[in-house]
Amino acid sequence: MNLTDAMPLVVAGPLVLAILLAAAGSVLPRVVLDAVAAVTVSAVAAVGLLIAHDSVGGRLVGWQGDWTPKSGVSVGIALVGDPMAGGAIALSGLLAVAALVFTWRYFEDVDGVFHGLVLGFVAGMTGFALAGDLFTMFVFFELMGVAAFSLTGTKAEETGPPQGGLNFGILNSLGAYLALLGLALLYARTGALNLAQMGAALDGHRPDGLVITAAGFVMTAWLVKGALVPFHFWLADAHAVAPSPVCVLFSGVMVELGLYGVVRVHTAVFADTMGPHPIHAVLLWGGALTAVVGAVMCFSQQHVKRMLALSTVSHTGLFAIGLSTLTPDGAGGAALYVAGHAGVKGSLFLCAGILLDRYRSVSESRLHGRGRDIPLVGAVWLLAGLALAGLPPFGTWIGKSMVEEAAHTAGATWVLPLAVITSAITGGAVLRAGLRIFLGWGAQAREDAGAEREGEHEDPETGGRPSRRVPVPMLVAPIGLLTASLAVGVAPALRRGAVEAGQLLLDHAGYLQAVLHGESAPAPLTEPVPGVTAVGLAAGIVGVALAVLLAAVSSGLAANPLPRPVRRAGAESVSVLRQLHSGRVGDYAAWLILGSAAVVCTLAVAAP
Amino acid sequence: VSIAYLVAGWLFLVGAYGIVVSRDLVRTIVCLSVAQSSSYVLLLSVGYRKGGTAPVFGDIPSTPHVVDPVVQSLVFTDVVVSATVTALLLALAVQARKRSGTWDPDHLSELAG
Repeated sequence: MNLTDAMPLVVAGPLVLAILLAAAGSVLPRVVLDAVAAVTVSAVAAVGLLIAHDSVGGRLVGWQGDWTPKSGVSVGIALVGDPMAGGAIALSGLLAVAALVFTWRYFEDVDGVFHGLVLGFVAGMTGFALAGDLFTMFVFFELMGVAAFSLTGTKAEETGPPQGGLNFGILNSLGAYLALLGLALLYARTGALNLAQMGAALDGHRPDGLVITAAGFVMTAWLVKGALVPFHFWLADAHAVAPSPVCVLFSGVMVELGLYGVVRVHTAVFADTMGPHPIHAVLLWGGALTAVVGAVMCFSQQHVKRMLALSTVSHTGLFAIGLSTLTPDGAGGAALYVAGHAGVKGSLFLCAGILLDRYRSVSESRLHGRGRDIPLVGAVWLLAGLALAGLPPFGTWIGKSMVEEAAHTAGATWVLPLAVITSAITGGAVLRAGLRIFLGWGAQAREDAGAEREGEHEDPETGGRPSRRVPVPMLVAPIGLLTASLAVGVAPALRRGAVEAGQLLLDHAGYLQAVLHGESAPAPLTEPVPGVTAVGLAAGIVGVALAVLLAAVSSGLAANPLPRPVRRAGAESVSVLRQLHSGRVGDYAAWLILGSAAVVCTLAVAAP
Repeated sequence: VSIAYLVAGWLFLVGAYGIVVSRDLVRTIVCLSVAQSSSYVLLLSVGYRKGGTAPVFGDIPSTPHVVDPVVQSLVFTDVVVSATVTALLLALAVQARKRSGTWDPDHLSELAG
């Protein structure tokens, strides 16, 4: 069996097993559940890596049921494997392995439903990555969503989870229905659902109001998943309440798949008709706003899981900036950044899970000094905090410096300081929490007015066990993830692969040719792969130094050098920003509608 | 047909408005379904042909002048997806009500900030 035939299996296989595990979970012993789920997601990861490796020489196009196109037209469903899709699949598989290893001892008492949901979630992500038509993307977007909403509500015994799941579910579904409206408009114009056929039908035509509106709706939908400001509100709520191992998948790959969807649809459908400027504007300015808002919100949190979630928002903004360049270097850098970030952030979420498991709290102030008895976890946490700020040679650093350089080449010189400062703020927040929790340094954090949001009432996902030693699997998973992030940064082969993946992802004509006419021969990579630059190295070191300084000042170890009026003005603007994150789904929906209007307007203004 | 497009737009906006102002979780979820029904209307009207018959081909004699079957199958899938999402969200809302004793999202302010 060749790899093209195996593509439907990485979608259908986990899905079938998910149903079986959920159905038979109550009679199967726990070890069978864990083994079947872990083997399945490992196989998904392996196939993802194979797809990424083999498709460098040409995209893998599989028309299901042999409904191959006749002279460029088919009503069949295509799955398209290219290096970026393969990489996304591998990432989701590997993160699922880490989550399942951690869960082995974390949840003492789960039946097959949890394992089934994880497998269904992975199936949704692989399907979305491979989908060659817009409706299939919508279906897998919703499958991914439904599994994710259920996983968020898995701890449905407490007040938090259902509500976080509700906000997440309502926002994402509203976004998905916008995608469906956009899809209907595009089908009306082009008579096609397949991305390549839509692109072929629109090529050479000036975009009119209908095409721009449809593009705006579809982009908005994927950006809701991609958590760009102002579509990001659901993310912190969902992460605050979802079980920690599930957060690894949410932050590490699900959110990033939203951005992947934007670039995939843009390349295939709109690249010729709308040109590069509209999508560039949306991703660049949206990304910059997201990086800043996420960083400021992240730094103001005492609830550790919300802090990590909001740092994901901030870094997502930087991924979007990398993609906005629409160059192989920028997209490849963003891909490496995503991989490096997934390892670091996954590791941090699992450490937060260990804290919750032992001390029944994820509140920075309540945990002050209590983590002294788990120094290994503390070391992992602090190292991950430095990596988040961009410590060379972690994957976060190399990816970020490639993004900075690509943006600089594209003329956005302000991206370098923005990226260094925002990631230093998120890293600084994590370091501050780590110094307080694991070393007991600095002053105990002041309690905020709203005790709930600081994680005071965060019920443990498992029941607190402060006396027991941290089980080995719960240490292996975060250490493994952090090591993987380091490996991403030091492997030059990955750098080359990422740039090649970026080139294929952004190649409009090649995609159409491969899907519609079966001719898959991408141009070989001609440009030299960007190496490690002095500027990148310096930016990484400056970012880390800044993060350490921020952590020292904010934890009370060092005196705050800012004059009092500046501090007061800063605190006031942060509190306004925090009030906007009201936790009310109605407010979030209003922001979504406003944001979709902004996306459509931006596209319209920047379109030729 | 053009009025169908207006209806679709109206349904989406009125559903979204309902979500924005709703003070009851069940109502919020029903409003989401209202917003979704706009996609049914839009898809069906996109595939509509004046004077077209049902797209059934077989033993019975039929004209080639039929409405578009593709959008109808999309609507089918859409209905299934929406039923799943609505059922799941309602289940979560029931859990939230059980735990906090209220349907009002304003009183479930645990996630603020």
